Amino acid sequence: MKAPLSMIASYAVRGIIYSALMLTALPLCTATHAGIPPGWPAFQGPNSDGTGNATISELNDGRIAWRVDLPGSGLSSPIITDEKIFLTCSSGSEQDRLHVICLDAETGARTWHRQLWATGRTMCHKKTNVAAPSPCTDGKHIYALFSSNDLACFDLTGRLVWLRGITADYPNVSNSLGMSSSLVVTNGVVVAQVENDSESYAIGFDTTTGQNRWRLDRPKAANWTSPTLLAAGLVGLQSKNGIDAIDVANGGVAWQYTGGASTIPSSCRHGDILFVPSQGLVALSCSNLIDKAPQQLWKSSRLSPGTPSPVASDETVFTISRGDVLTAGNTADGERRWQLRLKGPFSSTPVVLEDKLLAINEEGVAQLVAFSDDQAEVIGTLDLESTVLASPAVSSAGILIRGESSLWKLRVDTE
Amino acid sequence: MRVFCLAVIITVLPLANGLADDAGRHLQADLQTLKNVGNEGRGNPKATQCWQRVATASAHALPEILTALDDANPLAANWIRLAVDAIASQANSLPLDSLTAFLADTKHNPRARRLAWELIDSREPRLAEELLAGMIDDPSLELRHDAVARLIDAATQEKKGGSAAATTSLKKALSAARNVDQIKTITASLKKLGESIDLQEQFGFITDWQLIGPFDNTDETGFDRVFPPEQGIDLSTRYPGKNGDVTWRQFLSADPYGMMDLNKAFPGPGDGLKEVTAFAATTFFAEKSRPAEVRLGCKNAWKVWHNGKLLFGRDEYHRGMRIDQYTMPVVLTAGENTLLVKLCQDGQTKDWTKQWQFQLRVCDATGGAILSENRPPTPGPEQAAATHGKEPPL
Repeated sequence: MKAPLSMIASYAVRGIIYSALMLTALPLCTATHAGIPPGWPAFQGPNSDGTGNATISELNDGRIAWRVDLPGSGLSSPIITDEKIFLTCSSGSEQDRLHVICLDAETGARTWHRQLWATGRTMCHKKTNVAAPSPCTDGKHIYALFSSNDLACFDLTGRLVWLRGITADYPNVSNSLGMSSSLVVTNGVVVAQVENDSESYAIGFDTTTGQNRWRLDRPKAANWTSPTLLAAGLVGLQSKNGIDAIDVANGGVAWQYTGGASTIPSSCRHGDILFVPSQGLVALSCSNLIDKAPQQLWKSSRLSPGTPSPVASDETVFTISRGDVLTAGNTADGERRWQLRLKGPFSSTPVVLEDKLLAINEEGVAQLVAFSDDQAEVIGTLDLESTVLASPAVSSAGILIRGESSLWKLRVDTE
Repeated sequence: MRVFCLAVIITVLPLANGLADDAGRHLQADLQTLKNVGNEGRGNPKATQCWQRVATASAHALPEILTALDDANPLAANWIRLAVDAIASQANSLPLDSLTAFLADTKHNPRARRLAWELIDSREPRLAEELLAGMIDDPSLELRHDAVARLIDAATQEKKGGSAAATTSLKKALSAARNVDQIKTITASLKKLGESIDLQEQFGFITDWQLIGPFDNTDETGFDRVFPPEQGIDLSTRYPGKNGDVTWRQFLSADPYGMMDLNKAFPGPGDGLKEVTAFAATTFFAEKSRPAEVRLGCKNAWKVWHNGKLLFGRDEYHRGMRIDQYTMPVVLTAGENTLLVKLCQDGQTKDWTKQWQFQLRVCDATGGAILSENRPPTPGPEQAAATHGKEPPL
């Protein structure tokens, strides 16, 4: 079969032009590689503690900037970088169609849309979804993981960089209830925890090639928690045993916390403190994370998180309990500051915007809590009339809330 | 002037043809590089460069690129389909005639053909809808699913005019359907119209097994431990089990979805036996040697062997089960094929850990049942109950 002339021009010439662009672009991209990009680059945001760089003073219908339909379902959180929103979805009767989409943060218009076929098992509990793990970005690439253990890397314009099929590589890596651990990326390594009752690993993937930098055997036990970025090049892996701090350069264990930890809510790192859901909440001082093991600052059974992960801002750490009670504790000693019962139930992790906390329950009722050191109250609600299990994402562009089949943007305050 | 034009044509035409040949060769070479990707990211660096070129190809090349999916492994298939996405999203027009011809050729990869149909649908939805009408037996599960869905919708309308036409449409839909939810919907509708469907036969569940057990699985050690049935099946032999000697015996299931409930075969006190292992064996007669799939649903730790060869195993307990949860490709031997299932129950005691069960069927790549040549009639509840064990006195 001979190619038409139009194809010659497009194929030969465009290929040359692209190669030239790639050669000039690579060194520029590498320069920004190690830093955390602005926006909301991963689950738990740019500071790994659920705080967003924006403010919101009220919550009502007028705050909705736009709502867009999504090409599938999911409960992964959106990520934001470079004025673009990236999100994963799944569709099909077997949830075996995997979607990665890019939207314009200002308008919600779809910039690009890519689809994959799941190469791993897609079975999961009806409450969760194949598009459960949240993607992440280093500002140059976005990395998207699915419960089928398909991992894809694109550049910000939708060009494929590499793919992996982790279950194709390691056939017993799967969980019949579904996997949900999100990704983190640091120092040229994207880290995935693919832990379950059978073949369990944490894997560091080279961001340029997608090939393994290292692969660690992990406890054979179902685990839905996400890795936590502790410092540049250092990632905390949570499991029922506790926390393993991993040097992403070689997969070596820098230190361990062996006091046990939850397998549902994830830890959050706030400055020099790591808050670990561990029979309540444990605060570990991590001021010198690379060279020595952390010291336990305190442990509190009164700050026990339910499904949502803890978040922290300034000198306060927040948890939402199984009973839908929002509790604030002093980061220094774990003393309870106040409690506030919210309308639950909750799956999504809240976000903190200066002196406000935004929590969204499973029925899609967003509740804006104004708080001080000693009290808190709900100052606004917004019923999105949709199941919401995903955690919101925040940037100066707005607050993004992902529902069952829609994505909303709420306006944040302008100066 | 004519001489000049002729000279130009003589000079340029071979050049253009040569360029076309070159472009075609380069595209084929790039597609081959994409097809060479393998496990653990093997081939990724080269594939990354080639993908950028393939993704900027002309839309006219889409049928050629889709053809590359015919022999691509699942990982490579995603590299190629993502290039198709990129090309289609940039193209002002698509080669609908050649995509329609590609779709019509059922020798092509079923997913590639579905992708071709979606490209047509994105530009000419009416044409796509017309094409779908004749696809209820399509090798593509998605095309078949959508065509069957339309037949179910038609039957719903036909019900208003009388049951005969609706029954005919629903039976046609049932014959073609592979999706479990669709089969359940169709059989429920047929039941309302007075029809009864043998779901065991429809799916091809195997419900006539020889069982032996219980063997030990204390602390979940039974999964890796090799028990005598794993070394050879002899239905006449007695073995030491967990609670004394054990022998093979027949067990039938009348469950419409072929559920083999081992708690009925080996009733224990209270919530059933814990920390035990059992084996189920059956003989499947195939008319001829052919590729097939053994499909299993199971929420206990399990292993499956075909003719003594281990197909797969998984040591996960009580995380959920569904029909066709695991798919294992096999080549059936003409005549007798032996299937052996190892099923381990752990020591958890919560309500949702009582189940000790599996459902297994043999089917083709679309999920269509392949029935054993010696398949007995689907057992009735009383016939099945007669093979069940008696609960020991407390």
